[in-house]
Amino acid sequence: MGKTRLIAETGAGQHGVATATVAALFGMEAEIFMGEEDTERQKLNVYRMELLGAKVNAVKTGTRTLKDAVNAAFQNWTQRIDDTFYLIGSAVGPYPFPEMVKHFQSVISREAREQLLSETGRLPDAVIAAVGGGSNAIGAFAHFIDDPEVRLIGVEAAGKGVDTALHAATMAKGSTGIFHGMKSRFVQSDDGQITPVYSISAGLDYPGIGPEHVALMDRGRAEYVPITDEEAVAAFELIAKTEGIIAAIESCHALAYAAKLAPTMAKDQILMVNVSGRGDKDVAAIARYRGVDIHD
Amino acid sequence: MAESGADLVEVGIPFSDPVADGPVIMAGDLRAFEAGSTTVKIFEMLRRVRQRTNVPIVLLTYINPVFKFGYDAFFKEMAQTEIQGIIVPDVPLEEQGDLQKAADQYQRDLIQLIAPTSMARLPKLVENASGFLYVVSSLGTTGQRADFNNERLQDEIKQIRRVTHLPIAIGFGIHTPEQVAKLAPLADGIIIGSGVVDVIAQHGTSAPQYLREYATALKAGLHDV
Repeated sequence: MGKTRLIAETGAGQHGVATATVAALFGMEAEIFMGEEDTERQKLNVYRMELLGAKVNAVKTGTRTLKDAVNAAFQNWTQRIDDTFYLIGSAVGPYPFPEMVKHFQSVISREAREQLLSETGRLPDAVIAAVGGGSNAIGAFAHFIDDPEVRLIGVEAAGKGVDTALHAATMAKGSTGIFHGMKSRFVQSDDGQITPVYSISAGLDYPGIGPEHVALMDRGRAEYVPITDEEAVAAFELIAKTEGIIAAIESCHALAYAAKLAPTMAKDQILMVNVSGRGDKDVAAIARYRGVDIHD
Repeated sequence: MAESGADLVEVGIPFSDPVADGPVIMAGDLRAFEAGSTTVKIFEMLRRVRQRTNVPIVLLTYINPVFKFGYDAFFKEMAQTEIQGIIVPDVPLEEQGDLQKAADQYQRDLIQLIAPTSMARLPKLVENASGFLYVVSSLGTTGQRADFNNERLQDEIKQIRRVTHLPIAIGFGIHTPEQVAKLAPLADGIIIGSGVVDVIAQHGTSAPQYLREYATALKAGLHDV
């Protein structure tokens, strides 16, 4: 393609770190667009991106979160189309971007499926993954979509609750729209204006969702459920204490739903949860949420 | 503005996330929301404007407000308000099927944008185009620019003229009478967006007087040609 520069949007910073790593490996220039608020609450990943040689552009427009990072990346791309490739991180945007993201993320379910079959001899009863734009979830679902006996459950961010104004629950509260190059579901006003959303998790703080998730929901193949900040933080603490895993706050939404679902299942059933990211980046913010200042 | 020489007026329906626009129009959208702007209110305003002027008017907005309003209802409103056309920068030609159908039904123009990156699709872009062609001066978003690659623009416009007789207007970044004078010989029209929004931002409710002066100055740039 002859491109020498990569740009990407990032919420939690995981995709930004991945893009910065690729750019460092291939000797390319990288600029990562990240909402200013997210650069604050995910400082550790900002530092990691900069260590890898990327420029982090703190986006100061709109809600200063993931949606605005996508806008800024689009705007930058129109100006630098000659030398730049936009490495979209989430399963969003115009065709073929969601398809490409699914293809690369589907390594998650390809490996998980193989390992489950070789370890247990059967498929899981349910697969649970967090959804913002929906990249890790579509990757976790991909190789199970054709197995109707596997329940697919996407967990979206309910923030302070789906009945408050502070949530990012696109499936529960959104409606059909056309934005960021895709016809999908968005949290929006009656007038078609995209509404500000909120979640403690920078990676799930997005007013839309990848179109394939909407298709999966519409044909009854996947279910989407909301989890609040409080439930996710409790899951963060639970998985740390019981498993010794510091999980990303995004993934903790999936874990929180797993903790709700597990007691309803039989002991020999298998529940697969995608822990999509590590939570080092969230430790300071969660301590703060619990009223502890650890001077990050 | 019409009285001061604008041959066509572009009215923006603000959008929460105007990705094709630069900081001046983004800020204008925010001011409009603070003032309570909605699609319905803009059509009401246009009805009042229509009682005072017959200047051709086109809308500029993003697809989601139009989609939510309903394509049929939206173009019907446009026809009733005698709004001739609409520019929707976030829908490429290949995805315009339903929009074009509604535009055709109410005989409104869906204005095609031709960017420096569009040249390979030129024959397809002009095939069903109507109204005028909006030639994007340079890469990037809207907003005031210092200078332009006139040679490249001249070459692009020559290619466009070969495949269509539609009028050509150049926009994106043009905001001074000097720039108008330089670019006008290349095209049939010059589009000023951020420049106008900037005047409104600076002068608020007393803007009409300054807009009149601005439009007159730009028009003078045209006559110097």
